Amino acid sequence: MAGVHKRFGDVRANVDVHLTVAQGTLHGLIGENGAGKSTLMSVLYGLHPADSGSIAVFGQTVRIAHADDAIGCGIGMVHQHFMLVDTLSALENVMLGAEPHWYLPQAAAPVRQRLQELMESTGLRVPLDSAVADLSVGDRQRLEILKALYRGARILILDEPTAVLTPQEAEQLFTVLRQLRAQGSTVILITHKLKEVMALCDQVTVMRAGRVVADMPVHQASVEGLAQAMVGRKVQLERPDLSAPAPQQASPVLQASGLEMRDAAGVLRLCGIDLQLHAGEIVGIAGVSGNGQSELLDVLSGLAAPDAGALQVLGKRFAAGTWLDPFSARDIGLAHVPEDRHARALVMDFPAWESAVLGYESLMQYCRRGWMRAGAMRRATEAMMERFDVRPRKATLASRKFSGGNQQKLVLARELGQNPRVLLVGQPTRGVDIGAIEFIYGQLRAMREAGCAVLVVSSELDEILALSDRVLVMYHGRITGNLAIAECSQERLGLLMAGAGV
Amino acid sequence: MDELMLASVLGSGVRLATPLVLCALAGLLSERSGVVDIGLEGKMLFAAFAAGAAGAATGSTALALVAAMGVAVMLSWLHGLACVSYPGDQVVSGVAINIIAAGLTVVLGIAWFGQGGQTPALPVEVRIQAHWESAVQAIAPLPWLGPVIGQALLGHNLLVYVAYALVPVVWFLLYRTRFGLRLRAVGENPHMVEVAGVSVRRLRYAALGLNGLLCGLAGSYLVLAQSASFSPHMTAGRGFMALAALIFGRWMPWPTLWACLLFGLLDAVAMRLQGLELPGVGTVPVQAIQALPYLLTVVLLAGFVGRAVAPAALGKPLD
Amino acid sequence: MSAPATLPRWADAALLPVVCLAIALLASGGVVALVGQNPTQVLVALIDGAFGSARGLSYTLYYATSFIFTGLAVAVAFHAGLFNIGGEGQATLGGLGAALVALWLGPVLPGWAMLPLMLLSGMLFGMVWAAVPGYLQAYRGSHVVITTIMFNFLASSLLVYLLVNQLRAHGNVAIESAAFAASAHLWSAREILAFAAVDWPGSPLNVSLLLALACAVAVYFFLWHSLSGYRLRAVGSSPGAAAYAGIDPRRQVVQAMAISGALAAMVGMNEVAGVSGKLVLEFVAGAGFTGIAVALMGRNHPLGIVLASILFGALFQGGAEVAFEVPGFSRDMVVMLQGFVVLFSGAMSYVLAAPLARVLRAVAPEAAHG
Repeated sequence: MAGVHKRFGDVRANVDVHLTVAQGTLHGLIGENGAGKSTLMSVLYGLHPADSGSIAVFGQTVRIAHADDAIGCGIGMVHQHFMLVDTLSALENVMLGAEPHWYLPQAAAPVRQRLQELMESTGLRVPLDSAVADLSVGDRQRLEILKALYRGARILILDEPTAVLTPQEAEQLFTVLRQLRAQGSTVILITHKLKEVMALCDQVTVMRAGRVVADMPVHQASVEGLAQAMVGRKVQLERPDLSAPAPQQASPVLQASGLEMRDAAGVLRLCGIDLQLHAGEIVGIAGVSGNGQSELLDVLSGLAAPDAGALQVLGKRFAAGTWLDPFSARDIGLAHVPEDRHARALVMDFPAWESAVLGYESLMQYCRRGWMRAGAMRRATEAMMERFDVRPRKATLASRKFSGGNQQKLVLARELGQNPRVLLVGQPTRGVDIGAIEFIYGQLRAMREAGCAVLVVSSELDEILALSDRVLVMYHGRITGNLAIAECSQERLGLLMAGAGV
Repeated sequence: MDELMLASVLGSGVRLATPLVLCALAGLLSERSGVVDIGLEGKMLFAAFAAGAAGAATGSTALALVAAMGVAVMLSWLHGLACVSYPGDQVVSGVAINIIAAGLTVVLGIAWFGQGGQTPALPVEVRIQAHWESAVQAIAPLPWLGPVIGQALLGHNLLVYVAYALVPVVWFLLYRTRFGLRLRAVGENPHMVEVAGVSVRRLRYAALGLNGLLCGLAGSYLVLAQSASFSPHMTAGRGFMALAALIFGRWMPWPTLWACLLFGLLDAVAMRLQGLELPGVGTVPVQAIQALPYLLTVVLLAGFVGRAVAPAALGKPLD
Repeated sequence: MSAPATLPRWADAALLPVVCLAIALLASGGVVALVGQNPTQVLVALIDGAFGSARGLSYTLYYATSFIFTGLAVAVAFHAGLFNIGGEGQATLGGLGAALVALWLGPVLPGWAMLPLMLLSGMLFGMVWAAVPGYLQAYRGSHVVITTIMFNFLASSLLVYLLVNQLRAHGNVAIESAAFAASAHLWSAREILAFAAVDWPGSPLNVSLLLALACAVAVYFFLWHSLSGYRLRAVGSSPGAAAYAGIDPRRQVVQAMAISGALAAMVGMNEVAGVSGKLVLEFVAGAGFTGIAVALMGRNHPLGIVLASILFGALFQGGAEVAFEVPGFSRDMVVMLQGFVVLFSGAMSYVLAAPLARVLRAVAPEAAHG
């Protein structure tokens, strides 16, 4: 059969993307978070319509407006967040939407038989009658694949399948995928893990910022080359001096040891984290989003308590049972600029002058005996807006009405304005325009000069390189690299970020 | 205990529970699909009015039933318009339906029949009669069992039997049919259903349609079988009791049935307990027994009697 | 409960409620016409009945007083992200609390000590009645809507029990308590204006109106000028941001419900201390539910609530007058209108917002932006 062709010409999330996948291959689609790979596949699966462009499957141009259409074309998708109903059994989950008969017991029999056949041929085994809630993560994923295959998928899309798997389970998955390829199915693997792509795939496409930047057979690619293509080069914001003297090795202002944390689903997110921050330095944490950076910030700022570990910050000690909380964090001089501006940093419905005191509303300068000092708050906000050039200079405007860059500047003004001794910053320039980026970097550097200890988490490698004195790399909840800035290079960090150096 | 007393309590408990069962089943279908239904009370009320009005106007039982079910279905779909097709707040919509029903039924009642909102008493032919009267007479002579089974089980009208028969029907629908499987899935994880190629909207509207039919039956029961006409606010909170029974029954048909029967029995007992002395407690106030279903619901919700786990997607609009 | 961002803010705050009211009126007018009345005639009679005479105005304001209390209660809860449908029950408990103190201490204490005590007692009772569902929501996850509905029923059962068994004056057939001592009465408008040598017709209007307005002002300052209010609104608007700020959402939920309950409880002062002078069965008479409509119409802002309360007070009073004059009309029409208001302002605002935004854009494109 002729190769499978798909072409899109999209805007915004996907800009003029052309993708061709040959039949019976394992095709890797890689890129950082926000590169556009998931969006592209959502379009293919009919979850969102493309703004423009065309799709051709098995040589025929098709219109995919709904998941139904995609399934009809033989496309199946296994999402990163499983689409399963916990209270139903595995069998019922597979059956849903394609039940052969209205009477369930009668419908179940042919489904069960077909599933047995599929399980034989692919080697995927799932206990069919257990409730999904009782299944392990690996089992659930196998179930998702079986579901797609049951619906007749000849093209299988897998979105970050190993994100929730242990290395052993990942190996098992790879065996299955190779088996499927041998049987003539086509698999598109969305991932940011280069080692997997190199080990598994036949062809690889790299996306960045919504575009396809590279597309080649795997035997022509190298991990270094892919890493470089993935993280790319953006506007190089120069460091003022690369040969700045190393910060004096005073005792650390913040010291975390042995941090360990599992999330609500029991997955290990932080594993044995040891971290030190000194006054007057900027430490950057590099890594692809989802490797524990968010959890680390939550733990260090007091929003979450770890399962194990200790923290010593600004003279105070905290252990796993009696952890820090955001209020006392601010009290001792720790400020936090959160990653999620919309849900955490600002109350979007509040006017700017109310968001500008979030977290500090009980301070004397803003509040006297239980009454908010609106005049003082407004003046403080105006001063903040002046210092950080927040536009428009209207303190009464609702927080959500400001552009992303201005919102971020307001948040920074608020946190920096309290002259913290430790500053935690998550994704400082996400969604921020170029002019504001320069300004923000300048502010962070100024904080360092003033003796503050700054921790910056960013998924933009350029940003880390531009700001940090020291760089830590996180991968799978661990710190895989701890380098002084002079030892860093795009390639080396890219490898560490992708787990290649492990 | 006096066997006649027991018999009459059981019988009356079964009858009092009937509208609860119907309403609770209605709520079950809606809430299992993820749509909160606070409006059971209003729908039942309006259906009762429709039955009373149509019955009085046409003299036909069938038309009364159709009118009642039709009105309730329309209200359910209105709820759907606000909450399923648009992301309106499901609770506010339900409350609105209750208030509208309370006012509109009286307004129309006064306008059309003039008796202060009451519909004319329906003649005997229109009302639904007790079935199997003869069987009751036949068993009566049997000692003890006779009156108990007779009054408690056999002496009821058709709608009662229909209502109880609907419990296994709904169970079958929910657990043995394709529609039921999809319905249960939609209440837990609507995204999953959408992604599997099934329309969540259509499922929810279908559930709401069935919900309307059942509420219609509940309302008809009140007017065609229990009393003989509609009077303003006659539902007296039964819709909320049905909701409480549904939660107590953990959104499953059979436990909900037992909860409704429990509430019905409590109601029947309350009337007879008035003035009765219980050892150690003194006179049990009738209001305490009347309040018991509501208290039980709160206790259940507070997690003291095991956690009641609602369908996961209940109350969340689909984005 | 606000419309999506496609509507500019002024339209969302002022135009949409008016449109919703207009549609609700149209729907009610339709029903009125359906039952053979003349909608305009009804409307004119209604306005006349509500505002056309001093007596009518008094009644309007008297009704408005209770609605202001319950409307404020619902609004405070909304600002914390909660739907408090328990206004009926909380108001019942408030009246109970006030009455218990009145019956117990009335003969003993003078008015200036009695009335504040009654108020405090009523507020306390109402506070507890709301705080329990609040606690259950915050710490046990029980849905506050269902628990407050249940508490409404429990409150009415409790009231009936107490009135029938404990509080009924001896030998009295009617289900009500003994009359309070004179010290437990709130001055009526007539009495107060008599001081100023103004001859005002008798009506249930009493000093609680001033209390209600004072509460409206207090709620305004509380929500937008106090530290607690700031935190409450933060929790209601963005629980994530509140957590980031170190605000405990659970405490805020319980606090908000407590305040809400205390506000609703003051209906007791209006009805029990101001009007009846004794505890009767149905003194709340649906004010709790009207409070929901009032809060939705008033966009949860005290000023809007006061205006909406006067509107609904007018509807109730005007409705009563119309019921005299126009045969076939009854107060239930107002209840129905109320239901329509809740439906259109509350649940269907999304359905209305989109066409409204389109109309705006077509008619006044500059005004339609921002």
